[in-house]
Amino acid sequence: MSKIAIKVESLSKRYRIGFEKQARDTLAEVISDWITSPIRNYRRLRNLTKFEGQEQEIQEVEDIIWALRDISFEIKPGEVIGVIGNNGAGKSTLLKILSRITYPTHGTVTLNGRVSSLLEVGTGFHPELTGRDNVYLNGTILGMTRDEIDRKFDEIVDFSGISKFIDTPVKFYSSGMGVRLAFSVAAHLEPEILLIDEVLSVGDAAFQKKSLGKMEEVSRLGRTVLFVSHNMGAVRSLCSRGLLLESGILTMDDNVDAVINQYLSSKDVSLLGRLNWSEADAPQDQELILFGIEMVSKDGEVKTTFQIDEGFEIRIHYQIVEEIKNLRLYLRFKTTMSETVFATYEDAQIQQGFNRKPGHYTAIAKIPPNILNNMTYRIYLGFDSPGHKVLIPGKEYLEVDIIDTSDGYRYVPGAFDGPIRPVIDWRVNES
Amino acid sequence: MSKKEQEIQQIVIDPEDRKRRLINWQEIWQYRDLFLFLVWRDIKTRYAQSILGVGWAIIQPVFSMIVFTIVFGNLAKVNSEGVPYSIFSYTALVPWTFFSTSLTSASSSLIGSKNLITKVYFPRLVIPIAPVLGKTIDFGISFLILLGMMLWFGVKPTIWALMVPVFIILMMLTAAGVGMWLTALSIQYRDVRYGADFFVQLLMYASPVIYATSIIPEKYQILYALNPMVGVIEGFRAALLGTRAMPWDLLGVGALMAVAFFLSGALYFRSMEQYFADVA
Repeated sequence: MSKIAIKVESLSKRYRIGFEKQARDTLAEVISDWITSPIRNYRRLRNLTKFEGQEQEIQEVEDIIWALRDISFEIKPGEVIGVIGNNGAGKSTLLKILSRITYPTHGTVTLNGRVSSLLEVGTGFHPELTGRDNVYLNGTILGMTRDEIDRKFDEIVDFSGISKFIDTPVKFYSSGMGVRLAFSVAAHLEPEILLIDEVLSVGDAAFQKKSLGKMEEVSRLGRTVLFVSHNMGAVRSLCSRGLLLESGILTMDDNVDAVINQYLSSKDVSLLGRLNWSEADAPQDQELILFGIEMVSKDGEVKTTFQIDEGFEIRIHYQIVEEIKNLRLYLRFKTTMSETVFATYEDAQIQQGFNRKPGHYTAIAKIPPNILNNMTYRIYLGFDSPGHKVLIPGKEYLEVDIIDTSDGYRYVPGAFDGPIRPVIDWRVNES
Repeated sequence: MSKKEQEIQQIVIDPEDRKRRLINWQEIWQYRDLFLFLVWRDIKTRYAQSILGVGWAIIQPVFSMIVFTIVFGNLAKVNSEGVPYSIFSYTALVPWTFFSTSLTSASSSLIGSKNLITKVYFPRLVIPIAPVLGKTIDFGISFLILLGMMLWFGVKPTIWALMVPVFIILMMLTAAGVGMWLTALSIQYRDVRYGADFFVQLLMYASPVIYATSIIPEKYQILYALNPMVGVIEGFRAALLGTRAMPWDLLGVGALMAVAFFLSGALYFRSMEQYFADVA
């Protein structure tokens, strides 16, 4: 066996992103625009795969972004490495290059051993096919041979816990069932090198625990694992070494605790699902103390990543020291660029005309499922007494990742345009 | 389990990777199960939740034949070289339907497989080629109908019927070659996908489906045969219906073109492949 499992040498990846459209405001311009648009469209589309061109085409240089810049590292067989960094730091791009989905612009990667990637579970699931058929299809897509699947079939079905429905077309599955079956297939791969991107956040708590166990088992078997996650707890418990990516640059390569600490200290908001303060450090005013905030799933688990269709609660624990008139708690969901997506208020006191008495309180905001988009939000909150005074000024406290792993069950999965992604009841009537 | 004995394979990824080999047969062999499953998925899901199921494989060529027989055979009185017009056109429709349906499904195959491309690695060539193989089932079924019609009309095949497998290979090479071109173009230029149906429809008039090649002036016939389907269709007619001598010249030109389409298609596909995940 060779001494190195993965060797990455000055790896860079450049992307072209979308193009701004110039607005035209006279009719003549609109018409000439319309006539020349096929030519412009052609240039634009051709440029998607082109980087060096004639001078006049370089005008659109700003639309090139470097997702990775000059990354080098080596991983020995059997190492379990956590890759951490903000959204857009290049973690997923790195995994996509290692799994040969996309090609690097410069640099070389050498992989010793069979590579399997769990970038998203359920890839290639076809709704019309039965669970059994999909196990075979998905397994071969992930690189297993038919004999291998034959051998492991019972084990895969057992692990998923849906053996009763194995001959039912997947389109009749709940999305949870589909994900469990898909994960189960993925968990039974036996590659020398395993690349994992956030799949541990699928399914219910019990299934996640089972999945984590499986991952640990895989790493104990001496396989090389590269694990991308926002779940610092999982990274810490699974990985021995960490790579920190910041804006496409590898800024730290060290033992996992050091890397996580560095990462957390660079963030201005917490990446944990819960913040608690002692009375001394708590944000406070003389009438009010904010003791804690947490994000809780419907199973009562504190998390930072939620499925798009799961919904969750934000619980805010505070103490009223002196009776407050017109207390209002305001909560905003913001993008990572700090743009407000929506705001919501707990102002029952003002509406119903009573004063909140001294004591300990927990305010619970139920965030409904199927409203947030597949992206990261920041939770901003504060307390005031409208028209009277600011009690605790608003601040971004927590970060929450909303993800959609229902891939393949809906026509268009993932992030939609815009900051929210509500499920809209569409109806078409023939008129 | 042979895992331990297995040589640990080394994979090198760099921007020059694709230039090394036009088609990595060894890798395609490794992924043969995936290939078979995709073909099988294509077949199995195509007629899922439909009443006629595989009957659709017959309906398209048979109904085209009926319409063509009425319009071109009975009304326009197109010369069918001594056999009933229905079997004359159906003999052409069997390979033509294979060709046209393979092309249209190949041209939408990459976009339809976007989910796969952006999430897992496998030899991308599998995607345009799988539908071509998948359509051979439909081809086989409609070919059986052709044999039935030959019995019914009492048409005897010639000894050249033994050449039919060669025509089938030519037909598949052409479909795969043009299919690879369309697939690779369509992922970047969606126009190709919209245009493909229309293009294929027009191409039918540039192939001897509703008429015989004999109406093309002699001096233009070689030019005409640059479309490899000309040789294939006339070959089918010569072999099965005996309406004409074996068109060796048309077949020769067609075979060269089919190989050219296949190689250039594979080359172009491989050169574009690295961008698929980024622009899909």
